[in-house]
Amino acid sequence: MERLPILKIGQMLLVSIQVDLRDDMVVALQEDLAERIVETGARGVVIDITALDIVDSFTGRMLATIAALSRVLDAETVVVGMRPAVAITLVELGLSLDGIKTALDVERGIRLLSPAGGAAR
Amino acid sequence: MTAQELPISGDADVVRVRQAVRAAAVEAKLSLVDQTKLVTAASELARNTLTYGGGGGAVVEQVTKGLRKGVKAVFHDKGPGIADVAQALTDGFTSGSGMGLGLGGARRLVDEFAIETAPGDGTTVTVVKWAR
Repeated sequence: MERLPILKIGQMLLVSIQVDLRDDMVVALQEDLAERIVETGARGVVIDITALDIVDSFTGRMLATIAALSRVLDAETVVVGMRPAVAITLVELGLSLDGIKTALDVERGIRLLSPAGGAAR
Repeated sequence: MTAQELPISGDADVVRVRQAVRAAAVEAKLSLVDQTKLVTAASELARNTLTYGGGGGAVVEQVTKGLRKGVKAVFHDKGPGIADVAQALTDGFTSGSGMGLGLGGARRLVDEFAIETAPGDGTTVTVVKWAR
């Protein structure tokens, strides 16, 4: 099965989703990320969804689960790059993404997670 | 564009249905937000067909009403059917592992929504989104 690459940058892990997401890839990503957080001691996870043209309830739940499990493993998750049309659709779908930090792009997401950048927020 | 029949029997098929609906929505000149809403609804419904219906198929086609263009997508399965449709459409209700937003959420994202189902008789959901 195709898996999503997880890149380590300093104290952070970056996942940039560039393909059409299948549900099995989403489930695999949760497991892979949990393992990599423990393995690397990463303090933050940035998930770049710039290339995603939709986020449905399954993917939304995956993002919420990743945020929750990374918190348990002492890392913060930021979802970056959500397209405006995706945001509008998510809200209408009824998905609030409570507890998920977001930023407009990868750069801002990384800044949010940097010790000086207000990670305590 | 003629009607396209697509099988739904695995995760990759859900992706293919999304792509077919997106292509039809672009051709019908739906706005980007309306395309996104329709494709998201199609994704929810295709997943329901797979997860709850045990697989089935989707028919995607362009429709017209006067000068208006739109996209119609029909999702059908021969699964166990839905005993209580009103309950299934309620946000937060789920018989599986989902969030319970699939059916009700999909209905909010489209212009027309119809469901035909009976216990033991499968489920057919029809949605239409019109270009504005």
